[in-house]
Amino acid sequence: MSWLLTAPIAIPFVTGVLAFALRHYRAGAYVSIAGCAALLVASILLMSETIAQGVVAAPMGGWVAPFGIIIVADILSAIMVVITAIIALAVAVYALGDIDATMEAQGYHTMYNILIAGVVGSFLTGDLFNLYVWFEVMLISSFGLMVLGGRAEQIDGGVKYVALNLVSTILFLGGTGLLYGATGTLNMADLSTAVADVDDGLLTLIAMLFMISFGVKAALFPLFFWLPASYHTPSFAVSAVFAGLLTKVGVYALIRVFTLIFTHDPGFTHTLLLWIAGLTMLTGVLGAAAQSDFRKILSFHIVSQIGYMIMGLALFTPLGLVGSVFYLVHHIIVKANLFLVAGVAGRIAGDSELSRIGGLYKSTPLLAVLFVIPAFSLAGFPPLSGFWAKFVLVKASLEIQSWMIAFVALLVGLLTIYSMTKIWGQAFWEPHPDGREPTLKSLPIAQRRALIWPIAALAVMTIIIGLFPGGFIALAERGAHQLLQPAEYINAVMEARP
Amino acid sequence: MEVLLALVIGVMVTCGVYLMLAPNMLRFLFGLVLVSTATNLTIFVSGRLTEGHPALVPAGHDAPIGVVANALPQALVLTAIVIGFGLFAFTIALVLRAWTTMRTMDPNEMRLAEPRSKDDA
Repeated sequence: MSWLLTAPIAIPFVTGVLAFALRHYRAGAYVSIAGCAALLVASILLMSETIAQGVVAAPMGGWVAPFGIIIVADILSAIMVVITAIIALAVAVYALGDIDATMEAQGYHTMYNILIAGVVGSFLTGDLFNLYVWFEVMLISSFGLMVLGGRAEQIDGGVKYVALNLVSTILFLGGTGLLYGATGTLNMADLSTAVADVDDGLLTLIAMLFMISFGVKAALFPLFFWLPASYHTPSFAVSAVFAGLLTKVGVYALIRVFTLIFTHDPGFTHTLLLWIAGLTMLTGVLGAAAQSDFRKILSFHIVSQIGYMIMGLALFTPLGLVGSVFYLVHHIIVKANLFLVAGVAGRIAGDSELSRIGGLYKSTPLLAVLFVIPAFSLAGFPPLSGFWAKFVLVKASLEIQSWMIAFVALLVGLLTIYSMTKIWGQAFWEPHPDGREPTLKSLPIAQRRALIWPIAALAVMTIIIGLFPGGFIALAERGAHQLLQPAEYINAVMEARP
Repeated sequence: MEVLLALVIGVMVTCGVYLMLAPNMLRFLFGLVLVSTATNLTIFVSGRLTEGHPALVPAGHDAPIGVVANALPQALVLTAIVIGFGLFAFTIALVLRAWTTMRTMDPNEMRLAEPRSKDDA
């Protein structure tokens, strides 16, 4: 059983090494695609195992819990790994048309696959210090991808991205050290029971260190400034994978520690999270309204959407967590897709500043359709995936009479439409200011295929989730149940044998 | 000993935060290194300090005898130092590159990615 758990981590590492050996050849890109496809297969196998068996866990190196590092997958982890693999594959194909030979020779595919390994490792580890190590694996490769190409704006955005993420890392490390000092264990399942002996005040203090640290990673209010400062600067493929996955690792970590470890005083910690969630939604969407660049608008919308996921966690009810899990799935697909569309639009229209492009609807109706699907899904139009995600969250907040957060969630949905119509109007409807007629035919056929197929595939997924939400919600319900009743998770980890 | 180290950590974090608030990326980095080292010390002290009892297994035994120092925090700190070293090496190189492209160390003056108004773009 342990190979099922380790394969999703090992495959991207091996792919990264192979891609490094082939970095001067086009074959490197195909190795990367093959690796991501293998990762998707492995993650689906893991997913079916967790659905059939419940929580699966394996100790690494024969050291059993709580002494060794345990790799563990519950429904939430498995869902996240599958989604990661889907995005990884889509962006790996997209990179065929987006990443030039120079960047490939500088090691794009290697860093990309190591990044994926870091993300998957973060989702699968059951050990707090090991989570820190996976964060670093992810972080260092994201640093490289952020500045790869070396344009001046990238260096500028990179400085802010690197600086704030390093601060977050140190806080995480400090919190881990203090938690170890207070409990004597780093195993998350073991911590879940061990924290009962810790003084509540000290535990809340440690919880705040984690909240700030993961809050920076997840881009929560007021710690999100690094995100809109940097996400519009790297190449389109890189910004899509960042937008889809990186902040969501922070959200995942928040969900994990605030359902498993820091549940001693939800009246304080989760109420604080609820306030943060509301403010994150609002500031993100208002920030987006002030922007005029395709990717900058989308970047601020990441911030605003993160608020929804945290809202579900903060409500701390079964339905709220269902909403969070469902929202994660919906958001990763939709947001990565929107960045991919922005890449194609920028490539054929010549810019991503909205006032300098236009006419895309008339000359490339296909791209217009592919933009409308994720954009409407993001805003929450039925029958797309975003509608169900928002519906569940608002229902969850109404159930416990949190009128305020329900109002904010609905208002932010409305304001999201405003931003999406702004992009639609300026990039798609209005004529191009230079009188150009940007068309997909200006791209070579191979490049066109590499760029459009991943977008189309992700758009189809949004529609499928929207039309058949039942199965996904049932799965999210099982995931939420495991999060709120951690006994199954704890038992699986503590009894894992090689 | 724990109290003394706690005071040292406090002073280091104070100096580190002071440096990090300066509008100069190099000072920010030095501050970050200080805070990072203080964090490593925190982990070290979290494992409780035991003087003069190395965590060694005597010849002919399967386990250490009596009280021995906690070896785990040292492993954690070692990992954190190695990772931190790599990250800082990258960051120094990045800041150097920022200086050569933008001719400033003040992050408030680095406005290429976020121009103040449309005229600067």
